[in-house]
Amino acid sequence: MGKVVLVTGVARPLGARFAGRIAGQPGVDRVVGVDAAPPPSDLPPGVRYAQVDPRRPAVARVIAEHGVDTVVHLNVTALGHGGRAAVKESNVIGSMQLLGACQQAPGVRRLVVKSTTAVYGSAPRDPAVFGERTQPKALPPGGFARDAAEVEGYVRGFARRRPDVDVTVLRFANILGPDGDTPLAAYFRLPVLPTAFGHDPRLQFVHEDDALEVLRLAALGAAPGTYNVAGDGVLLLSQCARRLGRPTVPLLRPALGLVGRLARQLSAPADRAFSQEQLQLLTHGRVVDTAQLRDRFGYAPRWTTAEAFADFVAHTSAGPLPPERLTAVTDRVAARLAGMPGDHHPTPHQETRPR
Amino acid sequence: MTAAREPADPAAKVIPIESAPSWNGPDPRPGLADRIADSLGTALAGQFGAAATRVLGKGWEERATNGLGFLRRRLTGDYEVDDFGFDRELTEEVFLALLRPLAEKYFRIDVRGTEHIPAEGGVLIVANHSGTIPLDALMTQVAVHDHADRHLRMLAADLVFVLPVVNELARKAGHTLACNEDAQTLLERGEVVGVWPEGFKGIGKPFADRYKLQRFGRGGFVASALRAGVPIVPCSIVGAEETYPMIGNFKTLARLLGLPYVPITPTFPWLGPLGAIPLPTKWTIQFGEPIPTDSYPKDAAEDPMLVFNLTDQVRETIQHTLYKLLVQRRSVFG
Repeated sequence: MGKVVLVTGVARPLGARFAGRIAGQPGVDRVVGVDAAPPPSDLPPGVRYAQVDPRRPAVARVIAEHGVDTVVHLNVTALGHGGRAAVKESNVIGSMQLLGACQQAPGVRRLVVKSTTAVYGSAPRDPAVFGERTQPKALPPGGFARDAAEVEGYVRGFARRRPDVDVTVLRFANILGPDGDTPLAAYFRLPVLPTAFGHDPRLQFVHEDDALEVLRLAALGAAPGTYNVAGDGVLLLSQCARRLGRPTVPLLRPALGLVGRLARQLSAPADRAFSQEQLQLLTHGRVVDTAQLRDRFGYAPRWTTAEAFADFVAHTSAGPLPPERLTAVTDRVAARLAGMPGDHHPTPHQETRPR
Repeated sequence: MTAAREPADPAAKVIPIESAPSWNGPDPRPGLADRIADSLGTALAGQFGAAATRVLGKGWEERATNGLGFLRRRLTGDYEVDDFGFDRELTEEVFLALLRPLAEKYFRIDVRGTEHIPAEGGVLIVANHSGTIPLDALMTQVAVHDHADRHLRMLAADLVFVLPVVNELARKAGHTLACNEDAQTLLERGEVVGVWPEGFKGIGKPFADRYKLQRFGRGGFVASALRAGVPIVPCSIVGAEETYPMIGNFKTLARLLGLPYVPITPTFPWLGPLGAIPLPTKWTIQFGEPIPTDSYPKDAAEDPMLVFNLTDQVRETIQHTLYKLLVQRRSVFG
C-alpha cells in the first residue's frame, strides 16, 4: 500500500503544482489537496480536493477519512485573502489545527512544513550567514516572518509529543519562478524600485523548480530535520535592479517606511511589495548557509541565485533601462576605440550577453 | 585586426556597428545614447586620438577599453559578490586604487614580514588599533593585498553595519561583523581574516596612552582560530597613533549621537573639515611569525585557560614588537 499525501494550500500556484507533481510519483496512492477556497483552475489529475476552513478542526476528518500518512503543509504564506489579521489567523491558527489533527491521527508518519528564511530576521547586528542553528537575536517584529517563527515553534512542540513522526521544516529563501507570485516578485515588477539609501542588501533566491523538488524529496523520505533552502551565491539589490533594467530611487530609511505604509493602503499588487519584513529584507538583506541541505538532506539546488533571478527576468516585462541598451553604448565606444590606428590590442572581451 | 592597422583615412577605419559581436540592438533607429556613443567613439578614434595619446600617455586606449568593460559590467550588474557581499572587482579597481596613494605616498608605509602570510589557506591577522578613525585597518588591507597578494577580510565593529553608506561600503570591501560565526566561516573558507581586538578602547584611547595595548576583548578571536585550526599572525602598526592625536573627548556629544567617542585633536574641530586631514606620519606595518593552532586538541577552543594564554601570547608579541619598532624609529614624520 502506497502513501496517502495531504497537501494544504493547494489553491495557490505552488501548492497546486506540488500536488500535481507528487501525484505522479510511484509509491503514492492518493493525494488530497485542501484549502479554504477552491483553486482558481482545475487541480492536476490525480489530486482530490477537499474544501476545509483551516481555522476549523475539519481537517482531522479529512485525515481520518483518507488514511493520510504524509502531511505537507504549504499553507504558511505571506499572501492570502482578506487583511493581515485574516492571513495571520489562517497561518497560525490553521497550523495549530493541522498539528492538532496530526497528533490525534496515529497513521501520520511524516510531516513537511514550508517555512521561510525570514524567521532569522534581518538586522545589522546578525552574522552575515545564517546556519540552521543560529538563534535569531529577536523574534521577527511581525508579519509573515513572525507567523512562520510561531508556526515553527508549534511544529517543534508537535515533534516532541509525536517522536514517531518524521518532521522536516524547510526554510526557503525567496522563491522566484517564471510567474513568481510572491511579495518580492511584486516588488521587482514595480517600474522603479525604491531602495534604502546607503544600504545594498544581499539577497538569495531559490528557483520554484528546486523548491518543488526539495518538497518532493522531503515528502518521499529524505532525512528529517530543519534545512535552509537557497540557490548558490548572492545577488545585491543593486545588481538585481540593473539586471532587471529598472532604475532605483534611494530613499532615507524613514521615508522608505512611509512609502511602505502608503503602499499598503493601495490595492494589490502594490500593497504586497512593502510588507514590514520585506522592508527589513530590502534594508539589511539575508544570506543562509545551505551545507546541511547538501550534506544531510542530499540535494544540491540546480539553479543558482543568479540563474533563478535570470529566469524571473526573462519572464518579466523589461524595465526602462534594459541592460542590452546600456551595453550597446559601451560596446560601440569600445568598437570605435578598437578600430583605431596603432592599436595592438584585441577588442575588449566580448562576453555573452546577460540573459 | 589587420584592417585596423592600415594607415588609411579616418573614415575607413570605422568598423560597422553590426559587425561588433554583441550589437544586435532591437531598435534600428539610433537613439540619443547611441549617437553620443558614436560621436564619442569617432572623436576618440579620429582627430582627438593623437591629442589623447599626448595627454594621457601611451596605452590609454587599452585603459579606456578596460574602463569601458568595467563600466559595462557595473551598468548591467554582471559581476559577482560572495556570500558576505565582498565585491572583488570593485575592491581591486576602486577601493584599493583610492587607498594606495595614501599608503604609498602619504604615510610611506614600510611593510615588513609579509612572508609570514601564507600564499593560501586561512590565517588570522591580529593587530593593534589606534588613530581615532580606523585608517590603520584600511592601510593593512592595502598592505596585505599589495605585498602578499591576498584579500584581507576584516572583522568590524557593529557600529559599522548600523550606519548607512558605511555598511554598504564595508560589505563590498569584504568586511563583516566581528562575531564568532562570521569569523569561523571565513577562516574555514581559507580567507585571510583581520581583527583588531582592542576595538574602540584601542582606537579611541587618549594620546598619552599611545602604543599601550588595551585589553584584548574576551579572546573570541583566538577561539575562532583554534576551531578553524588556522595560524595567528600578530601584526604591529607604528605611525597610526600620531595621525590624529586625541587630546580630548566630547563625552556628552558622543553619548547624544550614540558614538563611542567624539575626538578633540590639535586640529579638530578647530580647523573644521581641515582638521579631518591626518598628519603625514611615517608608518611601519610589521607582520610577525605565525603562531600555529593546529597542534591543539579538537576541543581546545572550549578551554578558557588555553584561550587566555594564547590571547596573552599574541598580545605580548605585538606589544614587544611595537616597543622594538619605536626604539628603531628616528622621527614620527621620518
